[in-house]
Amino acid sequence: MLVLSFATAFAQQAQPVEMADALRSSGKIYVVVGTIVIIFTGLAIYLFTIDRRLKKIEKDQQA
Amino acid sequence: MELINKIGDRIFAIGLAFYRFLQRQMTKLWWKVLVVIFIFYTLIAGFLLGVPHKAILNETIRNLYFHVPMWMGMLSVFVMSVFYSVKYLRNGKPKDDLAAVECVNTGLFFYAMGLLTGMLWAKYTWGEFWSGDPKQNSAAIAFLLYCAYIVLRNSIDEEQKSAKIAAIYNLFAFPIMIVLIFVLPRMTDSLHPGSGGNPAFGKYDLDGRMRAVFYPAMLGWSFLAVWIATIRYRIRLIEYKKNEIN
Repeated sequence: MLVLSFATAFAQQAQPVEMADALRSSGKIYVVVGTIVIIFTGLAIYLFTIDRRLKKIEKDQQA
Repeated sequence: MELINKIGDRIFAIGLAFYRFLQRQMTKLWWKVLVVIFIFYTLIAGFLLGVPHKAILNETIRNLYFHVPMWMGMLSVFVMSVFYSVKYLRNGKPKDDLAAVECVNTGLFFYAMGLLTGMLWAKYTWGEFWSGDPKQNSAAIAFLLYCAYIVLRNSIDEEQKSAKIAAIYNLFAFPIMIVLIFVLPRMTDSLHPGSGGNPAFGKYDLDGRMRAVFYPAMLGWSFLAVWIATIRYRIRLIEYKKNEIN
């Protein structure tokens, strides 16, 4: 029994190692996730720049 | 002849009424709520609804709901900027020039998003971030074309002059951008769908399930672009008025 379990463990190790392939797994769904992450990161940065611009105006108005 | 004139007047009147309607709705809340609902819907339905099974594309076919609407958003604000450029050239009001500039600024953001998401998609379907595909290359050229618009406008100190030259440049840049992105790549062999004279989305759009997500996504993102442009325009207008007083 023990030998058998070892055998399966070694068999798993012998299989080809997949490297840096995370985005290709599960039908490449993570590419879509990545796309949305890019869009949202971009939107967030863009919002911050607009916010900073508005803040400058607000500050000037108070002064 | 009189009939043609009458029809022309009628069309003009309808167009004007429609334009006034749009102007009135621009500051309203309801369409912004619709934008949020549409995009929210596409974020969920885009992942959950079924899609056709295709080799190589696999699940990345869902990027159609997120990558392509970026270009639609870009296109809608660029069209608006051309409209305001024409308006500025007709009446010379500075606020129309500001609207045109802010539309281009917003469009450039969506342009960059379209390029970046396209590059990620390309890496896992075509093998390279940038494979020199005709549409990728001409999109990059058109991007520089619009960057040149910003540079040109900022490089002229005299206000009226810079506004006028930028407006005229915009009128030329827009059709060139359209030809570069939407016409020329379709006439050669491109990795993008719709090359070689095929209709752009026909291959995928035949699927009704995808249509149910794709069209709301296009609407939602293009009106989100308009929304951002109006916010930027309103900020710009305040900045402008303040500079005028000082």
